[in-house]
Amino acid sequence: MLVVACVKQVPDTTQVMIDPETGTLIREGVPFIVNPFDTHALEESLRLKDKYGFRVAAISMGPPNTEVTLKKALSLGADEVVLLSDRVFGGADTLATSRVLAEAVRRLGEKDEVFMVICGKQTIDGDTAQVGPGIASRLGYSQLTLVDQISDVDLRAKTVVVRRKLEGRHEIVEARLPAVLTVVREINRPRYPTVPMRLMSEEAEVILWDNKVMQLDEETIGLRGSPTQVRRIFSPERVKGEILGDGLNKPEEAAHILIDNLLERDIISL
Amino acid sequence: MNPVSDLGAIGYLLFWGLTAVAAGIFLYRGVQLLRYISLGRGNGQATPGIRRGLAAIFNIIVQECQWKNLTHRDRAGVGHAFMFWGFILFVIYYFLFIVIASGFGIYETMEHNSFYVVYAWITDIIAPFIVIGAVWCILRRYIGRPKRLEGQLTWEALIILITVLIHPITHVGKIAAQIAAGSPPAGLSLATPPLSTAVANLYDGATSIEAWHAAWFWSHWVFVLLVLAIIGYTRYLHVIVAIINDLIRSAPPKGMVSLIDLKNPATFGVSRVDNFTQRDLLDIQACVVCGYCQENCPANLTEKPLNPLLIVRDVKANLLSNAPVLLKKQEPSLELIGGEREGSISEDAIWACTTCGACMEVCPVYIEHVPKIVEMRRDLVQMRAKFPEELLNLFENSEQRSNPWGIAPADRAKWAANIDAQPFEADKTEYLFYVGCAGAFDSRERHVSLAITRILDAAGVSWGILGREEKCCGDSLRRLGNEFVYDRMARENIAQFQEMGITKIITECPHCFSTLKNDYRQYGMELDVVHHTEFINRLLKEGRLKLNGGSNGLGNVVFHDSCYLGRHNEIYQAPREAVAAVTGKAPTEMERHHNKALCCGAGGGRMWMEESLGKRINIARVEEALKEAPATICVSCPYCMVMFEDGLKDKDADERVQVLDLAEIVAGALE
Repeated sequence: MLVVACVKQVPDTTQVMIDPETGTLIREGVPFIVNPFDTHALEESLRLKDKYGFRVAAISMGPPNTEVTLKKALSLGADEVVLLSDRVFGGADTLATSRVLAEAVRRLGEKDEVFMVICGKQTIDGDTAQVGPGIASRLGYSQLTLVDQISDVDLRAKTVVVRRKLEGRHEIVEARLPAVLTVVREINRPRYPTVPMRLMSEEAEVILWDNKVMQLDEETIGLRGSPTQVRRIFSPERVKGEILGDGLNKPEEAAHILIDNLLERDIISL
Repeated sequence: MNPVSDLGAIGYLLFWGLTAVAAGIFLYRGVQLLRYISLGRGNGQATPGIRRGLAAIFNIIVQECQWKNLTHRDRAGVGHAFMFWGFILFVIYYFLFIVIASGFGIYETMEHNSFYVVYAWITDIIAPFIVIGAVWCILRRYIGRPKRLEGQLTWEALIILITVLIHPITHVGKIAAQIAAGSPPAGLSLATPPLSTAVANLYDGATSIEAWHAAWFWSHWVFVLLVLAIIGYTRYLHVIVAIINDLIRSAPPKGMVSLIDLKNPATFGVSRVDNFTQRDLLDIQACVVCGYCQENCPANLTEKPLNPLLIVRDVKANLLSNAPVLLKKQEPSLELIGGEREGSISEDAIWACTTCGACMEVCPVYIEHVPKIVEMRRDLVQMRAKFPEELLNLFENSEQRSNPWGIAPADRAKWAANIDAQPFEADKTEYLFYVGCAGAFDSRERHVSLAITRILDAAGVSWGILGREEKCCGDSLRRLGNEFVYDRMARENIAQFQEMGITKIITECPHCFSTLKNDYRQYGMELDVVHHTEFINRLLKEGRLKLNGGSNGLGNVVFHDSCYLGRHNEIYQAPREAVAAVTGKAPTEMERHHNKALCCGAGGGRMWMEESLGKRINIARVEEALKEAPATICVSCPYCMVMFEDGLKDKDADERVQVLDLAEIVAGALE
C-alpha cells in the first residue's frame, strides 16, 4: 500500500531576477526551496499514511543537491525517498519529466502496490501544471487535478472520492485507484518537522536512481526527449496605468470612479 | 531551673526523643526533596565560589530580605522583616540556650553569665515585634485581602503565621517564670529584661512557678520542633531555598535558557518534570505564594490562562506527584503539559507568555519562571511540532528567508535606497548598524532606521550596514522554543561577524540587542553591542549632537519601557535622559514604569501570534498611557511601536497621540 508524493526543488522565485540584457534567469546565489504546492502534496500523502496506514515514498527528479528537498520529506515522515538524477535527465520539458517520474512510480510499484501518486497542482518555476496529468497518462492511472479535499478512500473497492476546486464551484468525483492527484494549497496545512526527525533525516541516505537503474531510452528523456524548447524568458512589459480622480483630496469620489471602472471591465460584479 | 534535668533520665529521653523525631522528619523530607530535585538534569552551571556565597547571604540579610521589604509599597514586608529578624535571633537562642544548655544539662554554665542576660534582652525586645509582625500579616491576609493574594488564601499560611505568633509568647512566658523564680538572669547584677520582668510580676503569689516554667518550656520547645518538622512540607521551606536560589541564580539577564545539545535529546525540551534542570526543580521549592508574580504578569492581568504563580505551583505539584514513580524508572501518570488536573499546565498558558520577565523581576525568592515556560515551548515545537498555526509561517520564513515575513532577502537594503549607507568594512567603518528585520522591512519602522542614520551622521559616527547580507538574529524563534533553528541562525550570524571582523554593533531593536549581547555570549561570542537609545544618549552627553532647543511639537511625552531594554538589560535611564535633553524635562511616567512596566504584548514571539484569549495586552498598556494625557508616546522598540499604534487606533486616539521612537524624537530636534 504505497502513496507516492512527487516533489520538486525550485529556485525561490521571489528572489529570482531576470538579467535585463540576456533575458535569462540569474540563478546565482538564489536559494532553493521545496515547490510550495508539493509541500501540500507531501502533507496529504502523510495524512493518508496516518489515516489508512499507507507507506509514503517521495520522489524527485533533479540535480544531486535535490537531496536536501528529499531529506526534508524524510524529516516530515516519508518512509522512503528516491532521487532521480542523471545528466541525461537534464533539460527535460514536461513530457520527458513525466516519463522519468512515471517509470520511477512503476518501479516502486514492483515492490509495493501503488494506490495514489500525489503532486502539487503546478510548480512555481515552470507553472505548466502538466507533469501530474502527464504521469497519469503515461501510467494509465485515473487523473484527478486541483483536488482540495480527499473525502474518502475505499481500500477494498479501490476507489477514491475527492473534491476538486474549480473556478467558482466545487466538483465531487469518484475515481478508480490507482490515481494521480494534483492538489491545491487549500487542501491542508503542512506539518513541521520535529528535531529528532530532522536529525534522523540528516543522517539518512537518499536512494539514487540514475539511468543505469531506470534503463529508459535516452531519446525519450532529457533534452533529447523534449519536444518543447525554451526560446526566451522575459518579463512582460507592464503598461503604466493612468491616475483617475483625486484620491488625495476626494477619496470617496475616487473610490466611486474605481468601482465604476472595475464594473465596466467585468472585474467585479454587484 | 532546667525542666529537662528536673525530670531526670525521663526528661532527657523526652527532650532528645522529641527533638530526634522532629529532626528526623526534617531530614527525611530534606533527603526526599533532594532526591526528587536530583531527577532533573544538570545544567553544567559552575558551583558558586565562597565570594558569591557570602554576597548572596549579605544580599538576603541586608538588602533584599529586609531593607527592600521595609520600604515595599504595600508594607507586607514590614511584618516579614520583623518575623525574619526574630527568626534569625531566635534560632541562635534555641541552639545555644535550649539544645546545648538544657539538652546537655549545662544550663548553669550557659545561663550564669552576662551574655545570657544580654541575649535575653535582645529576645525580649524582638519578641513583641514578632507578635506585631505575625498579627499584621494575619490581618493583612485575612481582613485586608490584597488583590495579589486572590485565590491564594489558604489554611497553610494561617498555620504558619500562628506558629510564628506562638514562639515569642511562650518564650516570654518562660523567661518571666525564670525571673519570678529568682533564677538567672535575675541572679546577675545586670538589669533584667523589661518585658519579661513585667510579665514576671503576674506570677506574684503563685506557688508553683517551677511548674509554670516547665509548662512554658515544654510547650515552647514542642512548637519549635513542630516547625522544624513541617519546614519541608510547607512554605516555611523558603527560609532555606531562598538563600540557595540567591546563591545559584543565573547571572544577569535573568531567565536565560540554556543551549541545546544535539547529541542529547533530553535537552530538546521539557515534556516531563524530570526534563527540567535541577535548578528549575529547586527554585520552585522556595515559592511562598506571595502573588507578586501574578499581579505583575501582563498575561494574567488581561485574563489569559497563564499565571506564573500557578506555573510554579503546578510544576511543584507535578514533581511531588510523579517523583516517586520516576525514581523507580517508571512512566509517570500525571502529564506536565495539557492535562486538566493540578500539576498540569495548559498549552494556552505556555503560549500566552511574552517573556517580559515581570514575574522574575518581582519574585522575592528568585524563582525563574520564564526559562521553564520556554523549555516547555521547546518540547511542543521541537518534539511534537505542536504550536499555534500562525507560527508555521514565522518558522518557515525565518528558516528560509531569515526574516519573519518571508520577504525576499534581496529587499533588506531597500530602506537605505535614498541615503548614503556604506557597507560595513572592518578597516573603514567603526560600528556595524545592525538594523534588524523590522527596521529593514516594516514601513513604519524604516523611518526609525533613517532617523538613527541621521543622528549617527550628525555626530560624525563612522558606521556601516550589512545590507542584503544581514540576517535575522533569531530572537523570536528562541523565545518560542524553536531552539534548533535559532541555533543555526545564531551560528551563521556569529560566523559572519567573525569573518568580517565585526565587534562593535549598534542595534535598532532591543530584541536584537539582547540576543546579540547576551544570548550569543553562550557561544563564546563577546560583542560590544549597544542599543540605539544608549548610544544616542552617549552622543548627547558628549555634546556631539546639536539640538534646536524647540518644542518640536512633542507636547507631553510619556515614556514606555521596552522589556528587553529595561528588565532584561537594566537600561532605564538612557532613553529617559535623552528625552529630557530634547524636551527640557523628564518624560511623564505611567503608573507602571521602570522594572514594573507592563509589556506591550509582543515579546516572546507573541508578535507573530493571534491574541484571541482575554483582553489584548496592548490595549491595556495604551489605556495606562492615555491616563497620563500624552501627546507623544516614546518607545524604543519596533514591537512596542506596532503595538502602541494599533492600540491607539483601537481607542480612537491615533489622531491626537503620536508614537515616536526615541531616535525620531532626537532626530527631529537636531539643529
